[in-house]
Amino acid sequence: MYKRLPEGDDLSVTFDFEGESVSARPGDTVAAAILVSDAGHTRTTPVTGAPRLPYCMMGVCFDCLMEIDGVPNQQACLVEVRDGMRVKRQVGARGVDE
Amino acid sequence: MSTEPDLIIIGAGPAGQAAAVEAASHGLSVLVLDEQSQPGGQIYRNIARNAANESKLRDILGRDYMRGAALAREFEKADIDYRAGASVWQVDPNCAVSFTHNGTASQVTGRRLLIATGAQERPVAIPGWTLPGVMGAGAAQVLLKSSGVVPMGRIVVVGSGPLLLLVTQQLVDAGADVVAMLETTRTADYLAAAGTLPGALRAPEYLRKGMAMRRRVKAAGVPIHSGVRGLAVLGSETAKGVRFGHGGAMQEVEADTVLLHEGVVPNVQITRQLWCDHEWVEPQRYWRPVLDEYYNTSIAGIAVAGDSAGIYGAEYAAVAGRIAALDAACSLQKISAADRDREAAPLLKQRAKYQAIRPLLDSLFRPNPEILTPADDDTIVCRCEEVSAGAIREGVRLGATGPNQLKSYMRCGMGPCQGRFCGLTVAEIIAAERGESVRDVGYYRIRPPIKPVTLGELAAFDD
Ligand SMILES: Cc1cc2nc3c(=O)[nH]c(=O)nc-3n(C[C@H](O)[C@H](O)[C@H](O)COP(=O)(O)OP(=O)(O)OC[C@H]3O[C@@H](n4cnc5c(N)ncnc54)[C@H](O)[C@@H]3O)c2cc1C
Ligand code: FES
Repeated sequence: MYKRLPEGDDLSVTFDFEGESVSARPGDTVAAAILVSDAGHTRTTPVTGAPRLPYCMMGVCFDCLMEIDGVPNQQACLVEVRDGMRVKRQVGARGVDE
Repeated sequence: MSTEPDLIIIGAGPAGQAAAVEAASHGLSVLVLDEQSQPGGQIYRNIARNAANESKLRDILGRDYMRGAALAREFEKADIDYRAGASVWQVDPNCAVSFTHNGTASQVTGRRLLIATGAQERPVAIPGWTLPGVMGAGAAQVLLKSSGVVPMGRIVVVGSGPLLLLVTQQLVDAGADVVAMLETTRTADYLAAAGTLPGALRAPEYLRKGMAMRRRVKAAGVPIHSGVRGLAVLGSETAKGVRFGHGGAMQEVEADTVLLHEGVVPNVQITRQLWCDHEWVEPQRYWRPVLDEYYNTSIAGIAVAGDSAGIYGAEYAAVAGRIAALDAACSLQKISAADRDREAAPLLKQRAKYQAIRPLLDSLFRPNPEILTPADDDTIVCRCEEVSAGAIREGVRLGATGPNQLKSYMRCGMGPCQGRFCGLTVAEIIAAERGESVRDVGYYRIRPPIKPVTLGELAAFDD
């Protein structure tokens, strides 16, 4: 669970995560917005289906892989939130080039 | 860009930004690609936005962070083609760079290339490190810098290194509830480091800062346990706490968030994909590209500066970027070799100053040997394909002699991270099992694309 410091309360961006509406601060990455909204895991693993949350927040671990606006395998820690964006969990994807 | 830029720079951290400013000042056309939405790299992440707002966050992040604002302004003013959100997924030896930007893949060929892709946190393979609720301490700092977000509930920070202490102090200052700091650094490490003191000219300033941070953490009531061993994250669905050995006894501490850190290691994904020569570095136990004094790799026209060339920190990275840019200007005949050497001379002096502290830091904050070769067979080493330490040892028993063979036996390193989070550990385990050195065991072969690229993006490939 995560919280915002008092100055981070301009939550003017709204996007859709698995059918739920999530509010975010302009400039948040999708990964940050999902962590702070406590909306559950970002992806499941291909082998055991284990739930994962972002681990590195800087584009190297790929545990934040999500489907963003219909495009699978996006690194949610590198994508900034936009109003109306549609975000889904990445379920069990294997490689980056599939 | 239709015309060929003189210099393509990958990465807009201190190394890439300083190199871009220096190169542009000598009349080079410069293209900078960075996958983040803002310049600044890891240390100065989101600096422009944070510098523009009077906020408590600025005090929390501190003066070393705010120092990045000056470089950001220079970068902003200079004549540089900078593309934010541009993710590089392939580089060819002729300086052709393929990247995705705004959902479209393209390729640009430069006359020269500078790789300034920085570092990543070293994988900390302990039982339970894949559970939700566990992340890198550096990752928690990313949340703070880019979103003003901190973990809620009880936090335990675990590991070693200057960044661990810095992040802990920043979290404490931000009012987060850090309930324990579990340091893997031992008193013996502090004593061994003292032996390197005479060479470390900047040690007093550095150590004073470190001690001041420790005092702040302690003053906030955070217990610090040094020399912990036998670490494991507790919990089955999410992290519930940490088990650790200290002073001969096993203890447990409850936690909602566990932050792990054992230093940072160079991001060698692109230099590996390019088949540049690499060398093994002790006592920090990582690979870095082999470079000449101007940071040129074994491939003509391609240089590497900053932490992706070896861990020396942000100030060194900026100086290295400038030196590499001067050499690029010289090889493109914008300045003479004599001018290059004259302008580089004061930078080389600065570089020596920033280098001086490293022997001390490198020996003091050696990675905890228990994370290099996890003893518990069930510990996951490859997060993507969920390959355990036991499975890797089994692969070695079956005859695998190196990481690439193991990859085909066990799929480790075949997932989307392409070994960024298991390559070092896999090689350490193979080396330990076979009684060889990691230097001889080697590393994964890295093939493009090194970042996700979709068919849709490729369909628009406009080269
Ligand atoms: C999470 C983290 C936090 C850190 N925080 C601090 C700190 O607070 N203080 C400190 O002194 N040191 C910190 N460091 C250490 C840091 O490595 C250096 O101090 C400094 O940032 C190095 O500068 P650099 O220019 O070499 O690389 P970086 O600053 O890391 O910049 C590299 C840039 O390259 C980009 N990049 C990487 N790969 C690609 C690609 N394939 N395509 C496009 N762009 C790419 C990245 O987005 C990044 O912006 C941190 C390191 C990490 C990993
Ligand atoms: S959180 Fe690691 S790649 Fe995004």
